[in-house]
Amino acid sequence: MVENRPLLTFFSHIMLILGVVMIAFPIWIMFVAASHPETRMTQVPLPLLPGGFFFENLDIALNKGLSGQSGEGVARMLFNSLLMALMIAVGKIVISLLSAFAIVYFRFPFRMFFFWMIFITLMLPVEVRILPTYEVVANLGMLDSYWGLSIPLIASATATFMFRQVFLTIPDELLEAARIDGAGPMRFFWDILVPMSRTNIAALFVILFIYGWNQYLWPLLITSEPQMYTVVMGIKQMLEAAEQAPEWNVIMMTALLAMLPPICVVIFMQSLFVRGLTETEK
Amino acid sequence: MARVILEGLRKTYPNGFKAIHGVDVTIEEGEFLVLVGPSGCGKSTLLRMIAGLESITEGQLRIGDRVVNNLEPSERDIAMVFQNYALYPHMSVYKNMAYGLKIMGLPKSEIEERVKKAAAILELTDEQLTRKPRQLSGGQRQRVAMGRAIVREPSVFLFDEPLSNLDAKLRVQMRLEIKSLQANLGITSIYVTHDQVEAMTLGQRLMVLNAGNVEQLGTPIELYQKPASLFVAGFIGSPAMNFAEAKIDETGENITISGQAALPLGNGGMPEYSNKNVILGVRPEHLELVADDPDAVPMTVAMVEQLGADTLVHGHFGESRSNLTVRLDGIRNVKSGEVLAIRVTPDHLHIFDPDSERRLEGN
Repeated sequence: MVENRPLLTFFSHIMLILGVVMIAFPIWIMFVAASHPETRMTQVPLPLLPGGFFFENLDIALNKGLSGQSGEGVARMLFNSLLMALMIAVGKIVISLLSAFAIVYFRFPFRMFFFWMIFITLMLPVEVRILPTYEVVANLGMLDSYWGLSIPLIASATATFMFRQVFLTIPDELLEAARIDGAGPMRFFWDILVPMSRTNIAALFVILFIYGWNQYLWPLLITSEPQMYTVVMGIKQMLEAAEQAPEWNVIMMTALLAMLPPICVVIFMQSLFVRGLTETEK
Repeated sequence: MARVILEGLRKTYPNGFKAIHGVDVTIEEGEFLVLVGPSGCGKSTLLRMIAGLESITEGQLRIGDRVVNNLEPSERDIAMVFQNYALYPHMSVYKNMAYGLKIMGLPKSEIEERVKKAAAILELTDEQLTRKPRQLSGGQRQRVAMGRAIVREPSVFLFDEPLSNLDAKLRVQMRLEIKSLQANLGITSIYVTHDQVEAMTLGQRLMVLNAGNVEQLGTPIELYQKPASLFVAGFIGSPAMNFAEAKIDETGENITISGQAALPLGNGGMPEYSNKNVILGVRPEHLELVADDPDAVPMTVAMVEQLGADTLVHGHFGESRSNLTVRLDGIRNVKSGEVLAIRVTPDHLHIFDPDSERRLEGN
């Protein structure tokens, strides 16, 4: 569409800029707060320009943590979060690829029944089944472990369903050509299906990584050792720290750090992500 | 190279639908057999049964000296070219061709040798070998699909309507290429098409299928000259054969079309069918215009199509409603509404039984 209406252009840009400011301002405040010494953040008015203590705060947040607490920095939490998010994302993708493969390409009894079983679990978010899941995980002795953090979140109806749709668009002739070429089922899966769903896998990875990273309730429930805390629940606990005033500089620095990996994932996988959600040519 | 023998091959789908009603044929070594028929006649099903992509309900299939009914497609020593090429989109042309060989476990050097050889036969350049299928044109993709078949060095080639996704000009060119390729390699080939021109030009023998039954098996010229049934007569030849209800007179020497014109049957007539109602078929190209002939039939012109090389005249017999198409050489100045006198020689009459729809032959 080619239009030349300066007033419309002006207004639409104003609206867009306002939108950007509304979203970016809190992040800016976070950055500013993370760059001032602790005392400055308790004085009114709050600063709007960055101070000179960014790297000091970074050091405190990563290695020392809040004063008066365990003395554990968030480095460990970041590592825990990263590992959990990766395990969830990779696990979900592997499991859903395999189950979608089974549902689309194999004729077995109760195939549709299983498909609907998987589909129905879409209606049950983590929060609804959290108590029985906790019971199971506790009985299996997986409390305070990476397996406990990730395994219950790995099953994914959404991803299974999405891969099913992707596989359904792959022409049958490719399977037949592969059969004539002598490829067995797993070979076909690995050599043809997985590479052909590459962009979809990337798109899902982005979504699932962020989903895993942002998990709050489940890690809160299942971890009691500070060794196993994740960064998202860590931030919340910093706010509740004892009776003293919150150390905003450290908390904001932690929040900033917690935002970083998802942003990196989105930025670096953006092009694949967009293609994965829009590409139709097979 | 191998002989392919089909014995009483039948296919019934789990829902009870019978797709193939028993096919018997022996395809000789190096022969090019074309399966032809309208869509839904079972020709693709039959080919897929030979390939091993569909199970065989009944009967026996032999390739070479082995019964292959229960073998996997890859164990049958065949290669197949698909209608939509079925190239692996994420692999380069080279890898597409090499994939089957890699699974076979051939050493890298031999794979490379075979792929290069096939590429040379198909005139694919080294640069094209590195491309992805989507960067190729339709004709090039078709070549790659054939290359993938050639590198396997199979006993049998199976083609499933390989040209129907190409434009008309390319189709003619690829048709010739497939024909010369098959002749040079001498590999037994089975080719499915619904295009009768492709069928006529490519096949050493044609098998016409209709609703899962074999209507006729023979050389293209046999099918053209002596179609065994009404279906084959109507299917082979373009424009299609003209049909009219007719009756053989009591002497068996003449045939009357819709109670109007009588034509001599020639060759001693068909006395055994005297007084029989039949269906008479005449190909448009066997009708000729005559100036003055006692046996000529009047034809009223309804429409004229000028093709340059030929002129197609559509109309009907005298007063009757039976449609008639005549193909005349070159450019003719014929107008609609005109009445033409046309004639056919007895040799070019095809007579069919209206009930069984089979061909009737005089003595």
